[in-house]
Amino acid sequence: MMIQLEQLTHYFHKGSVNQVMALDRINLTVEKGDFITIIGSNGAGKSTLLNSLAGTFPPDSGRLLLGEKDISQWPEHRRAKFISRVFQDPLMGTCASLTIEQNMALALRRGKARGFSMGVNREDRQRFRSKLTHLGLGLEERLGDSVGLLSGGQRQALTMLMATLIPPQVLLLDEHTAALDPKTARQILELTQNIITEQHLTTLMVTHNMRQALKLGNRLIMLHHGKIILDIKGEEKSKLSQEDLVARFYDRQEEELLTDRMLLG
Amino acid sequence: MTWYAFIGALEQGLVYGIMVLGVYLTFRVLDFPDLTVDGSLPLGASVSAVAITNGVNPFLSLALAALAGFAAGAVTALLNTKLKILHLLASILTMIALYSINIRIMDGPNISLLGVDTVLDPFISMGLAGYAVAPVLYGGFAIAVTVAIIWFLHTELGQAMLATGDNPQMITSLGVNTHHIIILGVGLSNAMVAVSGALVAQNQGASDVNMGIGTIIAGLASVILGETVFGRSGVARACIAVLLGSVLYRLAIALALGLKLGVFAVTPSDLNLITAILVVVALMAPSVKRRFGGARS
Repeated sequence: MMIQLEQLTHYFHKGSVNQVMALDRINLTVEKGDFITIIGSNGAGKSTLLNSLAGTFPPDSGRLLLGEKDISQWPEHRRAKFISRVFQDPLMGTCASLTIEQNMALALRRGKARGFSMGVNREDRQRFRSKLTHLGLGLEERLGDSVGLLSGGQRQALTMLMATLIPPQVLLLDEHTAALDPKTARQILELTQNIITEQHLTTLMVTHNMRQALKLGNRLIMLHHGKIILDIKGEEKSKLSQEDLVARFYDRQEEELLTDRMLLG
Repeated sequence: MTWYAFIGALEQGLVYGIMVLGVYLTFRVLDFPDLTVDGSLPLGASVSAVAITNGVNPFLSLALAALAGFAAGAVTALLNTKLKILHLLASILTMIALYSINIRIMDGPNISLLGVDTVLDPFISMGLAGYAVAPVLYGGFAIAVTVAIIWFLHTELGQAMLATGDNPQMITSLGVNTHHIIILGVGLSNAMVAVSGALVAQNQGASDVNMGIGTIIAGLASVILGETVFGRSGVARACIAVLLGSVLYRLAIALALGLKLGVFAVTPSDLNLITAILVVVALMAPSVKRRFGGARS
């Protein structure tokens, strides 16, 4: 077992009239090596779930265990030693004013104490060059260029590389291809798959794309109103078709409507 | 401009250059507009003056000034990070508090340093000409600080500081506590400003509680002037540019002070207006250059 969520709850605008329960007593056990795709409609709590794992805010109640450790109250920078994430916005994962090699060097020291050694050394440079060569974007020749000169797709590819430069125990992907054009999105997705397979990374990936959610990973979770309403694994998942998934999605919503109607009626 | 005025401006540009580098560190590197400097400049001057008049070595007094400056900056940073007070307001609070503190330190609004040893005296007693010692010594200080800052910004810690100013979310998710970095950065900046203040006091022969007024504006004007004239691509270039910007700013001020048109003469009280105009012109320069087809950037 890699991560365990126990009754994890998070409110938005807690204590005000606008209080919303964004995560509703979520129980989830993520096994080592799981590649989970997460789907759900807008406001279902997908991003909140990832933020909660990354430590953007502490949970309002419930526990989050990483292995045996209770990390519920750990701030984001402390969890970063084990958890790595890629954001939807390609500009979020890199520093525009720093060079490619400087950005990668920052990522190479994820979760380590930073002191007075040089930010980028010769050894690092060699390593970065070979990593970048695998991308096939020609970035290995541009180590000294500032990242602000790169396109969104190039920046997201670099972010993907940086997030996994030191293999994290958990990789969080928050719709990381949604802001890219279809061709670039496909390339980034392919890169993602390769890296995850190569490093056997435990991954949680939020996506809006049902086909992606079905094609990738060994497990699929559907969120609705802050609850997990569907959790399909292994063989069952590989047999699932898009139509099934859509049907199950509306099924669940219908069910909920019915219960609401019953309650109100 | 007379030779004497030129040397004076050069000297001031270099000694205030250390302050300007401090302002660069907060304003540009950390993206943290810090008004503490109006208080930490006289803080450094006060600490140094009190130390020297009590028999402390003038060089050692600079270290004490740096410590005091660091503490002042750290207070601003703590108010901002831990108490979530807006950076601008946090720094104003520290600045006004420092006014009272500086008077307490000096036990009065000013201290004279006439007749006591300063960092300049060992060199003057070696037989060097007085007018040359100050620019050379201050130039040495300014260059040493510039080199140190350029080095620091290339270390792991310095790189994390640059990233904190550029993309705090990114560097947080790479495991850096941005609060610590901000405390370190704003502290360091104010330590430099305090050292600059201490050197100014030793040079002009007095520490005064009001000597810090307008420090932030002079600092910003120098940073912007330097970047506009000498460029800002890359850390090393930007650091050298802002130091030169400080010299340029003091030269421009000296030039303006010597200006006479018939009965109209510029007085020191006009300097605020001149500084404001200078900053606006420097900020406008890039777009004017573009419009008139100057050097393409």
